[in-house]
Amino acid sequence: MRFLRSYLLPRLIQYVLVVFSGITAVFLIPRLAGQDPVLEMIAQIQVQGSTLDPTAVKSLTETLRELYGLKGTMFEQYLTMWKRVLHFDFGPSFFQFPTPVSDLLRIYLPWTLGLFLTSTVIAWLLGNIVGAIAGYFSHRSWSKALDTAIMFVRPIPHYIFGVLLLILFAYAWRIFPLGGLVFGRRVVFNLALVVAVLKHSFLPALTLVILGGAAWFQQMKLLVQNVKREDFVQYAQSGGIREKTLIFRYILPNAMLPQVTQLALQFGQAFSGTLIIEMVFSYPGMGLLLYRSVTRGDYNLVMGITVLSILTITTAVLLLDLLYPLLDPRIRHR
Amino acid sequence: MVWLKELFGDYRFTVSFVLLSLLLALAVLSFFSPYDPVRWLQVPRDKPPAWPHILGTNSKGQDVFWEATFAIRNSLIIAFIAGIVSRVVAVLVGFIAGYRGGLVDRMLMGIADALLVIPLFLILVMIAMLLREAMTLINTGLLLAFFGWAWDARTIRSQILSLREREFTQTSLLSGNGTLPLVTKEYLPFTIPLILSTLINNIAWAIGMEIVLAILGLVRLEIPTLGTMLKWAIDYQAMLLGHWWWILTPLVLTVFLLVALYLLSVSVSEYLDPRVRIQRIGTR
Repeated sequence: MRFLRSYLLPRLIQYVLVVFSGITAVFLIPRLAGQDPVLEMIAQIQVQGSTLDPTAVKSLTETLRELYGLKGTMFEQYLTMWKRVLHFDFGPSFFQFPTPVSDLLRIYLPWTLGLFLTSTVIAWLLGNIVGAIAGYFSHRSWSKALDTAIMFVRPIPHYIFGVLLLILFAYAWRIFPLGGLVFGRRVVFNLALVVAVLKHSFLPALTLVILGGAAWFQQMKLLVQNVKREDFVQYAQSGGIREKTLIFRYILPNAMLPQVTQLALQFGQAFSGTLIIEMVFSYPGMGLLLYRSVTRGDYNLVMGITVLSILTITTAVLLLDLLYPLLDPRIRHR
Repeated sequence: MVWLKELFGDYRFTVSFVLLSLLLALAVLSFFSPYDPVRWLQVPRDKPPAWPHILGTNSKGQDVFWEATFAIRNSLIIAFIAGIVSRVVAVLVGFIAGYRGGLVDRMLMGIADALLVIPLFLILVMIAMLLREAMTLINTGLLLAFFGWAWDARTIRSQILSLREREFTQTSLLSGNGTLPLVTKEYLPFTIPLILSTLINNIAWAIGMEIVLAILGLVRLEIPTLGTMLKWAIDYQAMLLGHWWWILTPLVLTVFLLVALYLLSVSVSEYLDPRVRIQRIGTR
């Protein structure tokens, strides 16, 4: 019970608060702009020369008025928006009218989640394992060389690194496709598809793994170097404990825990990175959907993507937080 | 002059110093540009690098080299506005939360955590979509500054928390020093390396974000920055048409700039770190 009160409850409250404030921000942003976004949107669509029939315009205006909460008082509008969010109803997409936004999200989200989870997990494991070994043998020359190499990769932004890899492996040296993986509503699994998916996901995943892994590597290397200097490790070492035991039983568990906490904190950034990389490689996920919806001014779709991303990420962080006590004896034995 | 010798003894500092000097020289050159950076069709289009256009010309009829000088300058302006404004917020929040603790601390960190968990990039996109016409250099910088402080406030706070528990804090308070001199005289020297490295990280983040916002067409595209330059090159299919000089220029410049800044932060914060400094004095 004490564990529940001291660990679980604050986390749940934080979760609810973050979701609440995030979605409230999505509600407030259009209002802070101080112009009538509805007229603006419609004007923009017509400027871009897409033909909308009058019924479409009317229902768009309706939807937008409701979405931007321009009906009734501020508070009523706010409640309406929450109702819509809970029903997962973001109105129709402008550009694929009258396809509901939620349908589009349902098609694209799994691809993003697949790429995001796979690359984050691989980057985390790889960065930590290599970082730990490099940290333990920090005076060896290969460890220093690796550290130097990572230093030149670490600060490069996702988009730039992605474009460089795309130029290298898809234009200059045509190993991988330039993107353009297209799916219908129903995905039939067969070997050809699996190969196509792997081919199209390899470069995006590689970019994310290299950039993410570089950050984990550096943090883990520092952690292990610090833990190695702790008294209990020195003591175990002088007591003649075997090196293998020392690394896996004494050093790693102590260095791993902060990395799990960090992982939860980095989720939001890693997710943003995934969306950006999807744009570079035209990978059929939410990032590509975002790119298309932004360039066409499809505000409904952008709002839908944002709300869904906030829900996805906060839930993932919460799950990780709930798993954490299983790893950390200090919390478990309270 | 000893400190200069020591700094240049670190190859990372030397590399970053040389690179940054070159890039700053480029940025300064933009003031002497023979061309207006916004106008199109000032030179023949799509010419590969050859004198007088040392980096060739682009499909918009602009000289890539002179365009790049403006791009570097403007991207640096955005990044520094974002970096410095958000640093002020991060330092204030970190110091207050760390030193006061209690409810204030929990509220401030709650806000910071919310900002960290939510994919900020999407919120930035939403705001930029509505402000599209107003996304000038200064506004882009301020928008990025508004969201870029959370992570660093957390880092600075944890440093202050550990400093608060040390003996010298008690000593200083017991000898009758107020909070302000304690914070400025005792804590700041300890946190300066941290503030510097967070500043550089933030600048890198801002430059990266500006590029993505430009690719999405959410900043004023006629103002040359590293992002808008890349955006035009991609829109005009520079890769497919083989105009490598056009697309590689912003890419290479961005990589150089960020690697140089990063190396600078790593080497300088190591140099300023009091613990490392004591070791160095010992070996001298």
